Amino acid sequence: MDLFGDLRRMNKRQLYYQVLNFAMIVSSALMIWKGLIVVTGSESPIVVVLSGSMEPAFHRGDLLFLTNFHDDPIRAGEIVVFKVEGRDIPIVHRVIKVHEKGNGNIKFLTKGDNNEVDDRGLYKEGQNWLEKKDVVGRARGFLPYVGMVTIIMNDYPKFKYALLAVMGAYVLLKRES
Amino acid sequence: KQTVVSRESNLLIFGVPSNMKYFLYSIFSNMCIKGSLNSLSHFNDYRLLRSSKNKTRLCKYSMVFFLTCIHLQSIFDWNVKQLFLYLSAEYSTKNNALNQVVLWDKIMLRGDNPRLSLKDMKSKYFFFDDGNGLKGNRNITLTLSWNVVPNAGILPLVTGSGHVSVPFPDTYETTKSY
Repeated sequence: MDLFGDLRRMNKRQLYYQVLNFAMIVSSALMIWKGLIVVTGSESPIVVVLSGSMEPAFHRGDLLFLTNFHDDPIRAGEIVVFKVEGRDIPIVHRVIKVHEKGNGNIKFLTKGDNNEVDDRGLYKEGQNWLEKKDVVGRARGFLPYVGMVTIIMNDYPKFKYALLAVMGAYVLLKRES
Repeated sequence: KQTVVSRESNLLIFGVPSNMKYFLYSIFSNMCIKGSLNSLSHFNDYRLLRSSKNKTRLCKYSMVFFLTCIHLQSIFDWNVKQLFLYLSAEYSTKNNALNQVVLWDKIMLRGDNPRLSLKDMKSKYFFFDDGNGLKGNRNITLTLSWNVVPNAGILPLVTGSGHVSVPFPDTYETTKSY
């Protein structure tokens, strides 16, 4: 295999170069991700749709781009991604009721387009409304199918490790001639 | 046989002699919504029917309305997969400065008949307030809006440019629930 041939012929300096190259790629990716978090104001600016509760608009595996600007009011009809207190899974549904007080305190109710009933059954025990702090972001953009890769990686972790190993090996071993 | 029509007529029979408890408005006659420019100018006709007041003092309302002649063809361009239409009521009460409640929604897919002609549509969801703020509220604004879902890209929320203002009655009705 050509790659291993390259590796044997590399001296120490070239090896360090390869490792640095690898580190550059990883840190650039991290920078872009963190940068997106800052720019959008959302802790998770890109989410994958996990369920069919918003069909036919969004299907499992679609990608959503979120923003969560502090001054953006929550209004009926908006698609919000929220997390129920105590659970980690983000849920993508639509706001159907909003009650906002003069001081800016908002409480709202959501429902999936494809669901018969509103989301009260999904909220915490005794919780009837969501608040701004539960919101991860507002859906602003959408790409179909692309998120399927994430779902496959989650369902088959071996696939994820294999993919990472191959990518890592490729970057480390490929020599820029 | 209990159909919507027979229930409505039953309610009307109870309602008419008892003091104009139902409000019938024919505000304008015809309404067209064309593309993104427009205008929910009005409902053809609507009625406010009140179902029973339950023990926790929540006041529920239902609305029956007519929407005629909605043309949405010009919104459906090459990148529009579906439209999520919804009718929302916006009002203010002494408990809350701003309230918005979605009363009715519809999904319109690309390829569906873009002309909507809805008669005798009941509001899909009961109209509850957080508190008793609907009673006697003179200014409840109904608007039609839609969320454009593209094949890929931005998800805009568009509000139709017209709206209808609805005053709610001052007293609770005590007719039967339906």
